Amino acid sequence: MKQKPRVAVFDFADCEGCELEIADLEEEVLDLLEIADVVSFREVMKEHSDDYDIAIVEGSIMRPMDEKRLRSIRNHAKILVALGACATMGGVNKIRNQWMPDEVIKEVYGDTNLKGNELFDVFQTKALNEVVPVDYYVHGCPIDRDEFKSVITAIALGKKPDIPRYPVCVECKKNENICQFELGSFCLGPITRAGCKAICPTHNSPCEGCRGLIKKAETDCVKEVLERYKLSYEDIRRRCTMYNYGRKECSYDE
Amino acid sequence: MSKDFSVHVEHVTRVEGHGNIILDVKNGKIEKLQWSIVEAPRFFEAMLRGQHYNELRPITSRICGICSIGHSLASLKATEDALGIKITNQTTTLRRLAIHAENMQSHILHIGYLVAPDLVGAGSVFSMLGKHKDTVLKIVKLHRLANEMSDLICGRTIHPIRLIVGGFSLIPTEKQLIELKKRLLEAQELTEELAPIIQSVAGALPSFSRETEYIGLTSNEEYALYQGDIASTDTGRHPAHREYKEIMQEYIVPHSTAKYAKHARESYMVGALARFNLNSKQLHPVAQEVANLFKLKAINYNPYMNTIAQLVEFSHSIQDSIYLIDTLVDQGIKQEKPVKPMKKAGRGVGIVDVPRGILVHDYTLNSKGYCTKANCIIPTNQNHANIQKDMEKLVPEIINRPQKEIELTLEMLVRAYDPCISCSTHYLDVSFK
Repeated sequence: MKQKPRVAVFDFADCEGCELEIADLEEEVLDLLEIADVVSFREVMKEHSDDYDIAIVEGSIMRPMDEKRLRSIRNHAKILVALGACATMGGVNKIRNQWMPDEVIKEVYGDTNLKGNELFDVFQTKALNEVVPVDYYVHGCPIDRDEFKSVITAIALGKKPDIPRYPVCVECKKNENICQFELGSFCLGPITRAGCKAICPTHNSPCEGCRGLIKKAETDCVKEVLERYKLSYEDIRRRCTMYNYGRKECSYDE
Repeated sequence: MSKDFSVHVEHVTRVEGHGNIILDVKNGKIEKLQWSIVEAPRFFEAMLRGQHYNELRPITSRICGICSIGHSLASLKATEDALGIKITNQTTTLRRLAIHAENMQSHILHIGYLVAPDLVGAGSVFSMLGKHKDTVLKIVKLHRLANEMSDLICGRTIHPIRLIVGGFSLIPTEKQLIELKKRLLEAQELTEELAPIIQSVAGALPSFSRETEYIGLTSNEEYALYQGDIASTDTGRHPAHREYKEIMQEYIVPHSTAKYAKHARESYMVGALARFNLNSKQLHPVAQEVANLFKLKAINYNPYMNTIAQLVEFSHSIQDSIYLIDTLVDQGIKQEKPVKPMKKAGRGVGIVDVPRGILVHDYTLNSKGYCTKANCIIPTNQNHANIQKDMEKLVPEIINRPQKEIELTLEMLVRAYDPCISCSTHYLDVSFK
C-alpha cells in the first residue's frame, strides 16, 4: 500500500459538534487511523503540521480574516472536504442573512462602536464553496458518524463517496415510522437529502432540512405525500426557517 | 532579574473554540498579559427573532456541540416559563437524567481527552496510546457509555431530538432503562479504577490559589444541576431567577479586548469547582470518596482543581442517575403527551447548571408565540474575567521558570476552565483604544 494520506481538521464559525462526532467514533477512530494519519486537529490535539493532503473543514465563513485562512488551507490541501451543514451550506448561521450585518451586530452588541475591529468585520454568512472550491461534502447538523466513516474511507482509498440523491422520506419509510404529517407535524423530509437514517422522524420529530434540498425533480417520488397533504414544493420550501435560507436546490456534486 | 520574552499561543489547542494567550515581558516586567477570544461572532440572539417557540430549542442547541443538551434544557425552561407550562414529574426526572448524561459526557471528554495528555506529558490522547493504552481505553469506554446514555434519553448526544416544549417526543422503555442501570454500575467500577490512576499523575496539576467568588445553582433537594436558586459563595442565595442580571453583571475593561462579568468582586468562577464549593455536602457518598482521594475540600481556590471537581461530579452523576432510573421504573414509565401552553405571549427565563457552569436563556414571545427578544448568558463568558485575573496573579509567581513551562502552565490554566468558546461568541473581543 502506498503512503497513508495526511489529514488535517480545521474549524470556522460553528458549534464544533461535527468534530465532536468524529471524537465520538471512540474506538473506531483507531480504524480510521489505520488508513490515514491525523496531523492537525486543534480541538483534540496539540501537535500541528501544515503538510497535509486532505483538509476536513467545519464551520461557516463570516469575515475577511476567515476567508484568508480558508484560502491558505485550500492552497495546502490536495483535497478539501466540507464537514457538516455550517460548512456545506452555511447551516443555522445563514438565518441571520435575512438582515444586514450592521443590524445583527447592533441587536447583539448594542451601540458599542466596533468599526475597524477586524474580529467584528462580518459579511453575510457564506458556505465554504462560496469562497473556495470544495471537493467533497459530509452533510448534516450534526453529521452522521457512519456516513463520515464511509466518505473518508472512500476518499482515502481514492474512490468517489456515495451520497444519497433521494429524500429523507425513503429512509423514514424503511424505518416504518408513522408519517410526521399524519401526526399533525410539518416535516421537511420530502424535500431534504437522505443519509441521516431519518433520525429526527424516527425520534418522533419533524425533519428540519439540515442535509440540504434535493433537486426539485426528485420530489416526484414523494408526490403522493405532497398531494395527500395538499402541499406544493413552494409551500414546503417556505417552512425552511432553520436551514436552507436563501438557498436553491443542491447540485449533485455536493 | 531582567529578562525579555514573549509567549504568544495562537488558538490554544484542546479547548472548544479559538482563543489566544498573549504575554509580553520586558526587563522581567509584564508589559502585556491577555486572554483573548478570536472566534467569529455568530449572533444567535439576533437569529432567534421571528422564530416560533417550537424552533427556539432546536436552533439554540446549535450554539454548542458539547453542551447542546444543556442549551436545549435552558431553552425549554425559558420557553415553558414564558408560556406558563408546568411539566410533569416524569419529564423532570427524565430531564435530570439528560443533564447527568451530558455532564458525564462532557466531563470525561475534558478529563480524559483534553487534560490527561498534559498530566502525562503527551500532545494528545492519540499520542497517549503508546504508553497509556489501558487508561485511554477506560476513558473511551466511559465516554462511550455517557454518549449512549445521552442517545437513549435525548435521541442524540450532539443536538438532541427528543427534548421538546412541554415534555419528550419519545421516551426510553423500561427495559432500556434497566439495561442502562446495569451499564452505569459497570461505569462506577471503571471510575473507581480510573480515579487512582489520575490521582497518581495529579501532581502535574500546578499548585496555585487565588481567592475568588463562585456562582452556581443551589437547591435544598439535591446537588443542583437542572433546577435551583442562583447562589454565590460571597452573598448566598438569590431566588428571583428573572433578576439574573443583578448577579451576572457584564462590564468592559478599556485595556482588554474581552468582555468580563462580575458580581461581588472583580471576577467570579462558574462550573464544576464552583458547584463543588457551593454544594459539596449534597454529593453522593461515593463521589465524596473520590473528592477525599484528591484531598479536595470546599472551599478550594485552585482553578486547576476544576478538572478534579469534574471527576467527582462524574461519579455523582452515575449514582444519581441510578437513583433516578429506579424511581422511573418503580413509578412505571409511560409516553405522555407534551403539556400545552397556557398562554402565548410573555417573557420567560430558564437557568440550568451545565458542565461548564450556570447558563441562562431569556426569551420574550409575542401574542402569536414568536420570539421578539432573546438573551443568553453563557458559562464560559462568565469565566473569562476570572481566567484573566488568575493569569495576572500566576505569571509573577512563575516568571523565572523556563519559557516553555510558563507557556504550558498558562495553557493548562485555560484548559482547566474547559472553556467553550463557540458558546461565548456573541460577546467577544470588543477593542477600546
